[in-house]
Amino acid sequence: MANGNSARADAFVKNLPKVYGIYTGGFIVFIIALAIGEALGLPNRFIGWTFMLATVGLYAAIGIWSRTGDVAEYYVAGRRVPAIFNGMATGADWMSAASFIGLAGGLYVRGYDGLAFIMGWTGGYVLVALFLAPYLRKFGQFTIPDFLGARYGGNIARVIGIVAAITASFTYVVAQVTGVGIITSRFLDIPFGVGVFIGLAGVLVCSFLGGMRAVTWTQVAQYIILIIAYLVPLVWMSTAVTGVPIPQIMYGQVLQKITALETTLGVARHYVEPFTSFDIWNFMALTFCLMVGTAALPHILMRYYTTPSVKEARDSVGWSLFFIFLLYCSAPAYAAFAKFEVYNNVVGSQIASLPNWVQLWSNVGLVKIADANGDGILQLAELTLHPDAIVLATPEIVGMPYVIAGLVAAGGLAAALSTADGLLLTISNSLSHDLYYKIVDPEASTFRRLAIARVLLVVVALIAAYVASLRLGNILAFVSYAFSIAAASFFPALVLGIFWKRANAAGAVLGMLVGFLLTMYYLLKVGFMGGEAWFGTSALSAGIFGIPAGFIIIIVVSLLTAPPDQATQDLVESVRYPTIR
Amino acid sequence: MQISERMREYWRRNLKLTAVLLAIWFVVTYVVSFFAPALNNIVILGFPFGYYMAAQGSLIIYVVLIWYYARTMNRMDREYNVHEEG
Repeated sequence: MANGNSARADAFVKNLPKVYGIYTGGFIVFIIALAIGEALGLPNRFIGWTFMLATVGLYAAIGIWSRTGDVAEYYVAGRRVPAIFNGMATGADWMSAASFIGLAGGLYVRGYDGLAFIMGWTGGYVLVALFLAPYLRKFGQFTIPDFLGARYGGNIARVIGIVAAITASFTYVVAQVTGVGIITSRFLDIPFGVGVFIGLAGVLVCSFLGGMRAVTWTQVAQYIILIIAYLVPLVWMSTAVTGVPIPQIMYGQVLQKITALETTLGVARHYVEPFTSFDIWNFMALTFCLMVGTAALPHILMRYYTTPSVKEARDSVGWSLFFIFLLYCSAPAYAAFAKFEVYNNVVGSQIASLPNWVQLWSNVGLVKIADANGDGILQLAELTLHPDAIVLATPEIVGMPYVIAGLVAAGGLAAALSTADGLLLTISNSLSHDLYYKIVDPEASTFRRLAIARVLLVVVALIAAYVASLRLGNILAFVSYAFSIAAASFFPALVLGIFWKRANAAGAVLGMLVGFLLTMYYLLKVGFMGGEAWFGTSALSAGIFGIPAGFIIIIVVSLLTAPPDQATQDLVESVRYPTIR
Repeated sequence: MQISERMREYWRRNLKLTAVLLAIWFVVTYVVSFFAPALNNIVILGFPFGYYMAAQGSLIIYVVLIWYYARTMNRMDREYNVHEEG
């Protein structure tokens, strides 16, 4: 029986490259077919709907195909995801609506200062690789609160872990759902609220039946779609503007053209000039919070439980960052080309004859045009582009075929849904596995545990959709808050738990609590109530105080109280070596 | 649990490697962006160098750091006989 299973598993893993190869080819054929359809006169609305229904239908199909009733399959995909595929899945899990939609938009608006997000969200993987992934894989449980519970003996550390994991993941998931709403309402021409629920239905079919297993294989499929969707319009623009289809290298020229145009148009702050919208302190603090948050977000760390070995966990971090890098080194290029197109083609045109996209995006509230001086010509100051509209609207601004706009929308949807999947799973697992099974009822049957996990998944998704429909803030800001919360709550306790045997329960509990509460306090005070900032620090980097506070408190309190018992110290030793012979 | 002197050496070497790679990470991220305004005066292929480092250069170095760490540790696992079966 066991042999039969593992033989089947081997065949499954061996077939993966072929399956995803055929899938990628099929997707490209699908795009070409739609492009031909458009040339023959298919209406735009039909193209938008086809993209949405085909991709969401596909995710649902993978979800149904990977349905499972096995605990290890549901929580950690059977621990047999090869490094390269785990890398791709982590890439999709990681790259959310914030990366796909928000990032280039943030760069478009902030110029150099937006690069804090680029460095923060990639450099954090160095911390994951050096401090966490291999050790957590060796520990080999299901969730991050599992580690906290085992290392800091007892339920208090576990409960704080649960609360922080849920708060960070929930804040993050709201941002994803907002992205889903923007895309569906614009491209399907339906109200924001309805779009949110249609998108969520796609997420739920997938994770509901198959848990981590379904989410992993869907995320690989979503990565392929989102990277194609991001690169196609970029290569198009690069070829059109510079004649060379390598945008990541060619946009240097475009940066020069932008600087020249800025002088002509009288823009005071240059695009490539550092520290104009953030000062240097806020730039560094934000980069730091995003990096540490990367190495503390439970839905990402959880992924390194799914590889077959410690060795593969290490390799997998490298693959994750490689696949993320492909999009992240393209985002600044995307922003630069979009900026150039707007300066060059849109500004200075007749307002009466502006193309259709202006009206369509104004309907969603993301583009505003006001002819302040009444001369009928669009000046730079008269055009307001919301950052969240840049990536999605650029294909239309540049005048590409509508099929590319539909493709980019499908890519944005893939990015938002894949991350929402991982996050919802983290939240429902925290409640069903960590809270219910480990604390409330350790005798619960497998069937009961998974049933509870599934019900909670739906409940959490509905609450997230409701909060998103209130439209409390933009995507990038919400995501930054999630990073600060995770960073201050988890990073000190996790890292000291592995690297310092002397760290004990009292220290960790207090350190996590202070890190979490201090960050929440600062975030709510400065971000929402307009309170006074400390050292001028923006709420985006709320974790900059909580992270060091967490470290200091864990160290000081641990030294003042008794060292952990022998069993705990042995646990720490055991995670440091892949095998002890 | 029996931790031999040789295994302690494995851990010490791991810590040393971690510290070195972390130092590179720090310089690439914070020291380079601190000097970004000055570095922007150097222009390569149209890229102001300070901008390029934050947009692309640092990312490439991060990928290399992780790749190097994985390769070195995977080899060290075998050298110190703490590697996994297979």
